[in-house]
Amino acid sequence: MKGKKQSGMTFIVKTITNLIIGFMMVFGAYVVLYGHITPGGGFPGGVMIALAYILITLAYGRKVVESMVSGVAGSVGDDIGALAIIILGFIGLWIGGTFLFNFLPKGTPFELFSAGHIIIYNLAIMLKVGMSLYIVFLALAILQRVVVTRNENEEN
Amino acid sequence: MTLYFLNFVLLIIGLYALVFKRHIVKKILGVAIMEYAVNLFLILLGFRKSGVPPILMKDMDMATFIRTAVDPLPQALVLTSIVIGLGTLALMVAMAIRLYERYGTFDMDEIKRLRG
Amino acid sequence: MSVLLPLFTTIPVFSAILMLLVGKFDKKYFPRIWSILTSLSLLFILAAIWGKGTIIHEMGGWKPPFGVVLVKDNLSQLMLLVVNVVTFLTVIYSYSYMRKYEDYLRFFTLFLFMLAGMNGVVLTGDLFNLFVFLEIASIASYALVGYGIDAEELEASFKYLILGALASIFILFGIGMIYSVTGSVNMADVARFIIDNGLADNKAILMATGLFILGFGLKAGLVPFHAWLPDAHSSAPAPISVMLSGVLIKVLGIYSLMRIFYSMIGMTSVVSNILLVMGSISMLVGAFMGFGQDDMKRMFAFSSISQMGYIAVGIGIGTPLAIIGALFHLLNHAVFKSLLFLSSGAIQTSTGTRNLSELGGLRKSMPVTSGASVIGALSIAGVPPFNGFWSKLIIIVAAFSAGYIWLGAILVLTAFLTLAYYLRFQKNVIFGEPTPNMKDVREAPFLMLMPIVIFAVLCLLGGIFNGWLISNIIAPAQSVIMNQMAYISSVLGI
Repeated sequence: MKGKKQSGMTFIVKTITNLIIGFMMVFGAYVVLYGHITPGGGFPGGVMIALAYILITLAYGRKVVESMVSGVAGSVGDDIGALAIIILGFIGLWIGGTFLFNFLPKGTPFELFSAGHIIIYNLAIMLKVGMSLYIVFLALAILQRVVVTRNENEEN
Repeated sequence: MTLYFLNFVLLIIGLYALVFKRHIVKKILGVAIMEYAVNLFLILLGFRKSGVPPILMKDMDMATFIRTAVDPLPQALVLTSIVIGLGTLALMVAMAIRLYERYGTFDMDEIKRLRG
Repeated sequence: MSVLLPLFTTIPVFSAILMLLVGKFDKKYFPRIWSILTSLSLLFILAAIWGKGTIIHEMGGWKPPFGVVLVKDNLSQLMLLVVNVVTFLTVIYSYSYMRKYEDYLRFFTLFLFMLAGMNGVVLTGDLFNLFVFLEIASIASYALVGYGIDAEELEASFKYLILGALASIFILFGIGMIYSVTGSVNMADVARFIIDNGLADNKAILMATGLFILGFGLKAGLVPFHAWLPDAHSSAPAPISVMLSGVLIKVLGIYSLMRIFYSMIGMTSVVSNILLVMGSISMLVGAFMGFGQDDMKRMFAFSSISQMGYIAVGIGIGTPLAIIGALFHLLNHAVFKSLLFLSSGAIQTSTGTRNLSELGGLRKSMPVTSGASVIGALSIAGVPPFNGFWSKLIIIVAAFSAGYIWLGAILVLTAFLTLAYYLRFQKNVIFGEPTPNMKDVREAPFLMLMPIVIFAVLCLLGGIFNGWLISNIIAPAQSVIMNQMAYISSVLGI
């Protein structure tokens, strides 16, 4: 009896993925937002969020994750993150005379909204790094599909 | 001192894998191991025996903090270096997949012969 | 005025990302026109800051040695001129050359990132920032070399990638060594620390010196680290060969070596001797291997190795006259090697081949391209009144007057060998009778001809007005690079 070919991995992997994904996303967001007080910042947080999506790709297959965040949306998010970083730097150049000048109020130390523009940079870097890793992995997954079908065609 | 020596051994292992192995993926892993070794070397430079992480908390005395914390500057350098290594590695993997598509083999010696 | 300095790196990056966004709607015209506008605007900004002495820009308002600092002195000014002019003419050339690859968006995006990386390497005053910009330019160039994905260029690009990554790892190791001794990565601060504490023959600094020569020598294509250069330069598309051979090996290799060994660590006799030996061997290897090549671009690549040897020898000799010769040869080589690679791309587009055995008699069917190639070949061979003659003469005179008799003899021998194989190139490609499959060959399109003609005119003008060039552009660069104390005091403000 032949059923439909199942994409992704076994039922155990899918269940564990369901449980862990929410935690990964929340922890990644925490690392990004508190980047100026605790260790972390834009890059590790972005990597964690991208890893959450990569886990969905491994567990469920490429089509499921493309319906959540498509390749085009990832590419556009990537560009918007990078543009945000540069435009913020230009605003600093305009206001303060040096690139990346910290022009927002600094607040009191050890609070969430302190240290000026660092929190906005962390968010922009999270968007850029997360989307970059995600679309690189998606591109490699598409390439792998091309190579496997070529090998199958050769064997037939 | 032994830490630096072991780090150097890691660099040599990566260099060995890069030079003497013929499979493309093993060469890429050799480059990755060498990058880990150099990043580890940078972090080891700031290490201090019985030191605290360089995170300033609300009720810490500045003088003891400066005396006992490890150096945070190499850690910032390493963060950038890891990102650069990620970019290079992604490019290498993509190129290895394209090479396999084109030549049908992962063996570096045969790819050299094909070029002629 | 210092507010204009970060624009050299941020405007290309901003343009590249904007091109990626807008390119989803218009793939054909927007990338090309926007790239031309970007490199043109950089030329205007360069004209605005030209000749104003040393300009310092502190990023984010943090003073050195705590913050990253951008420094433009006369040497950076010369390198910025070379990089931006060659890039502008190459972008105009690739407007019509890249038509056969059909993917403008990714090409021009990577191209602008490479430009941003090179501008950053030239302008920075901080060691780790140098490494970051070096990596940006290198990774963009790895991807650009492997651009023709249907042909065997992938293997050349992979070899270049592996060796380039190895060089970068060794450079980072050297930066770590310097940090462990001096406690800072700011170049002027390291120089001040080494001078104040008398660390000139410290073992860690010596190891860092060795690692830097290894890493940057590989990026410059000096022997024995030249293995990637012939494959990468000949397999890349023609505009990328121009960028690689005309600017990238000079900025990432020779400029970085000069900045590190003249402004930061201090030039010792060990480093001078190593550069002399590596330069001499590069000259001879490049000249001898250039003879047996059938592929035109591979011959040009070996010639690049040879000319890089000339520049390295000039830096190694170390007298003011030698450094003037080396910098002038750097400027000249960018002009005539770009001319030669651009014309090889035009020949390949029109005739479909670049093998010397298949070409012949192009002077009738492609008059402008052949005339310009003849000018380029005569310039690089060192024939007066073109510019190559003067720069090679200055280096040879400097070698003899500094007492290096054998070195001067090797320089003269290499000049004759260069003349010989470029004469062979001219005989095979341009003069003689057309071979049977060269009958219906037409001239290259206008947008490809214009940069070729401009470069040829620059070769002629550089030869005629060499005195003006040397005293106004080269000599300030030379006087700045040999004056380490002025660099330290202008950056640190002490």
